[in-house]
Amino acid sequence: MNLFDDLEGFKMDVLKEVGNIGAGNAATALSQLLDKPIDMAVPKVQILPFEKIADKVGGPEQIVLAVFFRVEGEAPGNLFFILTPEAGKGLLHRLAGIEASEEEFFNEMEQSALSEIGNILAGSYLSSLADFTQLSMTPTVPGLAMDMAGAILNYGLIQFGEMGDDALLIDTTFLEGKEEVEGQFFLIPDPESFDKIFKSLGVPLTDD
Amino acid sequence: MIEEQNIVKVGMADLNVVKTSGIIRTTGLGSCVGLTLYDKNIQLAGMAHVMLPSSDIARDGQLNIAKYADTALPELVRKMTALGASRSRIVAKMAGGAQMFNFSSGGDHMRIGPRNVEACKLFLEEYKIPLLAEDTGANYGRTIEMDCISGILFIRSVQMGKKEL
Repeated sequence: MNLFDDLEGFKMDVLKEVGNIGAGNAATALSQLLDKPIDMAVPKVQILPFEKIADKVGGPEQIVLAVFFRVEGEAPGNLFFILTPEAGKGLLHRLAGIEASEEEFFNEMEQSALSEIGNILAGSYLSSLADFTQLSMTPTVPGLAMDMAGAILNYGLIQFGEMGDDALLIDTTFLEGKEEVEGQFFLIPDPESFDKIFKSLGVPLTDD
Repeated sequence: MIEEQNIVKVGMADLNVVKTSGIIRTTGLGSCVGLTLYDKNIQLAGMAHVMLPSSDIARDGQLNIAKYADTALPELVRKMTALGASRSRIVAKMAGGAQMFNFSSGGDHMRIGPRNVEACKLFLEEYKIPLLAEDTGANYGRTIEMDCISGILFIRSVQMGKKEL
């Protein structure tokens, strides 16, 4: 597996900036929705073996709430908005005035509201990326799941599964105040999207 | 138990075996399939965490044979027979192959879970290995483990709780 061998530091920085811009806009959108400041951690760009990706959210068996988008257009990929079930309940309460039931699972209305919140955030994430790169990127209809992180995330790795055993992950965490994690964006671009992103940003390709 | 139990972990796109005593486990199966083979006579259990149906699509020089249904099964059978398993005694159980997200539209990638299950069944048939039980499909993730003494496959999921096959 050497898809990523030539991704030297400079290119990683470019991808970090890509994550930064996308998530910065999404954080602003979330902050407007919640009417309070939302901070953002410096994005992490990592090439990770599949096994390790679920560790980013607490291990393969950790229960997470995930809104998944297939990104279509010139630079396709997979986008996850991931949050803890508690953070999901908090969002529902503050945004939609829904007092989440005591039950462990989300009912249909709650699920629909959460998908919509994810949709708004992913929309702002992707549209800022599209503006920045001049590449079209549009999210598909969101899919929502609350389940084991491993089961959810490996769905986003199928594209990579055909290529090798590592994926490139652009990981951005939203913070409320200093610690409380509101959610995480994982962008996993399809392998063929990298060259397009680099090219459109004027990064010389090493192969040329 | 005084002795520490022997737990063998099978990662994503990985396979392994456990013999005589212990448990073999894989966590967080979504659209992947956890394929287990078992030979009761020698208490040997094998497990593969299959990610994709066929290695035909592999575009890479280096092939991870545990990743694809068509290559993982032969390798698992080979490993087990090398440890004394008999082809005629091996039986199979499997779980996973869920569709984690539902979309009205979407190409073949969207139904990778069912395709993994179909592929595993096809190759089991080719190898004439009987499939004793399965817990596949639906839309939730599973963690599975097999006890190599009993050959029971334990399945845990967030939505459905515990199950035994």
